[in-house]
Amino acid sequence: MSGMVEKRGLGTWLTHGGLIFGIAVICFPIWIAFVASTVTQDDLVRPPMPLLPGPHLLDNYLEALLTGGAAPVWQMLFNSLVMALGITIGKIIISLLSAYAIVYFKFRFRMLFFWLIFMTLMLPVEVRIVPTYEVVANLGLLNSYTGLILPLIASATATFLFRQLFMTIPDELTEAARVDGAGPIRFFIDILLPMSRTNIAALFVILFIYGWNQYLWPLLITTDPSMNTVVMGIKQMLPTGDQTVEWPVIMATAMLAMLPPVLVVLGMQKLFVKGLVESEK
Amino acid sequence: MAEIKLESIRKSYGRTEVIHGIDAEISDGEFIVIVGPSGCGKSTLLRMVAGLESITSGDIHIGDRVVNRLEPRERDIAMVFQNYALYPHMSVFDNMAYGLKIANVPKAEIQARVAEAARMLELEPYLDRKPRQLSGGQRQRVAMGRAIVRKPAVFLFDEPLSNLDAKLRVQMRLEIKALQRKLGVTALYVTHDQVEAMTLADRMIVMNGGVAEQIGAPLDVYANPATLFVAGFIGSPPMNVLSHDIRPGRGALDPGAVIGVRPEHIDLVAPGAGLIDLDVAFCEPLGAETLVHGTTAAGDKLVVRIDGEVELPADGTRIGLSIDPARILVFDASGRRIET
Repeated sequence: MSGMVEKRGLGTWLTHGGLIFGIAVICFPIWIAFVASTVTQDDLVRPPMPLLPGPHLLDNYLEALLTGGAAPVWQMLFNSLVMALGITIGKIIISLLSAYAIVYFKFRFRMLFFWLIFMTLMLPVEVRIVPTYEVVANLGLLNSYTGLILPLIASATATFLFRQLFMTIPDELTEAARVDGAGPIRFFIDILLPMSRTNIAALFVILFIYGWNQYLWPLLITTDPSMNTVVMGIKQMLPTGDQTVEWPVIMATAMLAMLPPVLVVLGMQKLFVKGLVESEK
Repeated sequence: MAEIKLESIRKSYGRTEVIHGIDAEISDGEFIVIVGPSGCGKSTLLRMVAGLESITSGDIHIGDRVVNRLEPRERDIAMVFQNYALYPHMSVFDNMAYGLKIANVPKAEIQARVAEAARMLELEPYLDRKPRQLSGGQRQRVAMGRAIVRKPAVFLFDEPLSNLDAKLRVQMRLEIKALQRKLGVTALYVTHDQVEAMTLADRMIVMNGGVAEQIGAPLDVYANPATLFVAGFIGSPPMNVLSHDIRPGRGALDPGAVIGVRPEHIDLVAPGAGLIDLDVAFCEPLGAETLVHGTTAAGDKLVVRIDGEVELPADGTRIGLSIDPARILVFDASGRRIET
């Protein structure tokens, strides 16, 4: 008996040890970045590298937020937020509407349109970036929020997801709504939207992170520092030539850039789980 | 004022015609049951009245309007679906009120009408619940409530009881009947269950293969089936069908013609003393009655329904069957009833 208990105890220790080791491996770089953002440049370059936080947290973060590199970080954070929210909300609206059209309305070439949308899955931003740049430049949208957001809004993935969801909603429900007198718009707002709530929440999280982490596109079309986004801004802060490198400020910027996606995930987690628990179809 | 008039209604999907011209007149406040086997077009017919299916040809009148081209909400109807089709994210109250809200009924009146329906259906304690927190019978009631609050000219029921267990089905059947009597609203009710049809209907439409085989009061249809199909479909166990005429003093039947006799119109007598003899295969005692199964000398299978307290004939024995010749019905080769 006691042997078994001991054995189980050992197993628990081993598995927990393994898990903790794994987490440590993943978290260590983030920890280093955090530590680097709380010390001075001199502390940082003098070996050994510090592994415990220093006293300069506030100085570094304030300098990053207010001065930053080419533009203050608060401005870049704001730009990122506008871009990420714009992409997320735009994508959700567009894909809800196109999925609604494809599932509930019979029109000519319906399947052709569906496959056209579906095919864009094969064309990520990077593949179509040169023609897209050309179009955006001709429209005079360089260095603008519209230019940052618009080309990234169309989403085959989200359209496909909503299409699958709508197809699971029983026809009788649609018919009941018709008998109740709900026209297409009322049905969409009163029935379909509430029933898609949890899927919208899940997509919001995924798409927000997608939008926030865009790097190549903002790098191309924002030449004006005041339009830089924070993810590309970090790279811009790295010095060229023989300028001195203010690593603590860069690390502080990196930490700040990580914060909003983490907050979105934590904030939406409840809705997520709630949606999973009370499945109501 | 809500008579319904169907005038040579036809429905085709592409080239396949599924409803071959149905005529019926339904008077105000009448409870009509459309009954038939699956695939006979009964649901399609109901959905055409509801406006959920287009009409290929013919006219549907509700009240004094032709409704062929009207949307469901303009037809002054309410429908109860087989799977209830409640809105899962809305409370019971909102489910019932939704149609009224769309119709811009004043809030106070919505409140009053829903409360009235909830009282009638004993749903008052559940008004704040979501459909998933209700039992099958309660959901069924909510679906009925949603139909009642709109005060429609016509109720349409599409197999509303088929998802309930047997006991609840009987109970809800009685409630539906009582409710329809009380409200006096014309009702069209689709079912494949002949017991439901017999018990609910003022008149029933027996459908088969896209045609109305017979329209009439349940007992009349039972006693005087117009076709062999109706004779076999209405009644359980179904009417016995024999391939040769057993009536005394009659010659042979026309080729393909048959005679039919209800199981309860046969009495057991001594062998040779009746119109025909039966070799008993087995008996099914059901308590109040007993079903005696057997084969005639000509090889036709036959069922006799006798009182449960009569002594059972042993399996394998031969008994005589006494039948009043007036109870025997004759059908021609096409299945039509013929008078002889």
